[in-house]
Amino acid sequence: MFNSVALDMFSTGLLETLYMTLVSTLLAYAIGLPLGLALVVTSESLSKTAHITNSILGIIVNLLRSVPFLILLIAVTPFTRIVVGTTIGSTATIVPLVIASAPFIARLVESSVKEVDRGVIEAAQCMGASTMQIIRKVMLPEAKPSLVIGAAIAVTTILSYSAMAGIVGGGGLGTIAINYGLYRYKYDIMLVTIAILVIVVQIFQEVGMKLAKIGDRRINQ
Amino acid sequence: MADPQNKETNKIILSIKDMGKIYTSKKNQVKALEDINLDIYEGDIFGVIGLSGAGKSTLVRCMNFLERPTTGTVIFDGKDLASLTKKELLRARQSMGMIFQQFNLLMQRNAVDNVCFPLEIIGKTKKEARIRALELLELVGLSDKAEAYPTQLSGGQKQRVAIARALASNPRVLLCDEATSALDPATTHSILELLKQINRDFGLTIVVITHEMSVIEEICHRIAIIDNSHIAETGNVIDIFTNPKTQIAKEFVFPGGDKLDRVVGSRCCEIIFDGNSSYEPILAKTILECKAPVNIMFANTKNVDGKAFGQMIVQLPEDDILANKVMAYLRNQNIIVKEVEAGV
Repeated sequence: MFNSVALDMFSTGLLETLYMTLVSTLLAYAIGLPLGLALVVTSESLSKTAHITNSILGIIVNLLRSVPFLILLIAVTPFTRIVVGTTIGSTATIVPLVIASAPFIARLVESSVKEVDRGVIEAAQCMGASTMQIIRKVMLPEAKPSLVIGAAIAVTTILSYSAMAGIVGGGGLGTIAINYGLYRYKYDIMLVTIAILVIVVQIFQEVGMKLAKIGDRRINQ
Repeated sequence: MADPQNKETNKIILSIKDMGKIYTSKKNQVKALEDINLDIYEGDIFGVIGLSGAGKSTLVRCMNFLERPTTGTVIFDGKDLASLTKKELLRARQSMGMIFQQFNLLMQRNAVDNVCFPLEIIGKTKKEARIRALELLELVGLSDKAEAYPTQLSGGQKQRVAIARALASNPRVLLCDEATSALDPATTHSILELLKQINRDFGLTIVVITHEMSVIEEICHRIAIIDNSHIAETGNVIDIFTNPKTQIAKEFVFPGGDKLDRVVGSRCCEIIFDGNSSYEPILAKTILECKAPVNIMFANTKNVDGKAFGQMIVQLPEDDILANKVMAYLRNQNIIVKEVEAGV
């Protein structure tokens, strides 16, 4: 089993998986981070428009989050074709991954930022800080350890989503596991892909936790 | 006690007129404040005292429009805060520092960077901000803790950083919301000393919100007593301390309950010390001069800046002539004496 062909297959699969996971995480944060901040800011504002915006954003996020990833993966294929030009392969998988994980990340960011002490934000308001200044200089830096832990959760979740995309030819380790393990009963190959996935998840999670701890000035000076 | 309020300028820096604040929820309305009228003079240390839930915190938050009053006006430095645009309001807030019970420091920044924070907000460069921040840390006596993070600092040190931070943008007013309520008595004293020093050295107006009469006595010149969303009494701290008019003021001055309850026996008189007569042994002299024994039933006096303030209730001799003689003698010494009904 461990000939050079198989090793090539595994290494290509791993690279594809990492590519999908990391690019999707970045793009999903590009949408999810501002969305999460918007959820926090609009929920704390007293104005009516902010209140309505908050409700609308909340509904969109909940709608997207309630669609199971496998269904979403298939449902967005027409959109994927428009964006990427194809529906198979790892680049095509990035589209549904971003759509599915951005709202999830928005909720992670929202809960992290809401942990920031209300009093600290109030102190910044007393100093005449604008909303943007409060976001940039108070909310994000103060929530950083929690945001980093959230990112570790997000990246591992996206990794497992990416493996699911193997069902529809999404590329990466998921495709290998399904093609060999499910369709050809080659359990050994499936087990190896699972082992690789477990190791990658462990690494992401551990690195995330460490980074969060190192960066946290409340426990680490 | 620090200098009396700056009589030379006597300029009103913060004026609150007919202000009210109502919180409206779906089910009901809660009146947090009603009919609030206050004038705070430049250079003064103004105290607001009240029990929990009286509306003190709402009042201080209305002063910088963190909460918008429902009715009435707040005029800060000649500007009606309600009429300001959002940008102008942010600028106005930059001239009002505030410190809090829970310090509210940025936990991910060290002391000097915490002090830099308001300077970054007003657009100072990193370098300028740092120089000023280090000066301020020196002012509050924390030069050696510049690189320390809040978790490494004690409560008193955190409040000193918070004071340095509040002073960074050169505010016209410093608002203190229960700033010493989380500190032990010794630390409270040192923080109050620092505030007094800042008031004295820079003429900075300070508004102190507290539920502790001891804080008011130690630092304030004028006070407002707030009770049940209303201002019960305003005036000089000495006047209120020697002669509280309202029930709530009496409760703050005599926390143990009404003093008269403890008085039993025959004729008694109340002696009020109002700061004129503390260096003389008044009572001993009275006893010697009148050759009449008196019995101290109750005493609550404070030494404020070398002067005695407070009340004392003494039991007079049974003999009416002697008793009258004692009262007359005390009155001759320019001491306020009131006869009180015994056992009321």
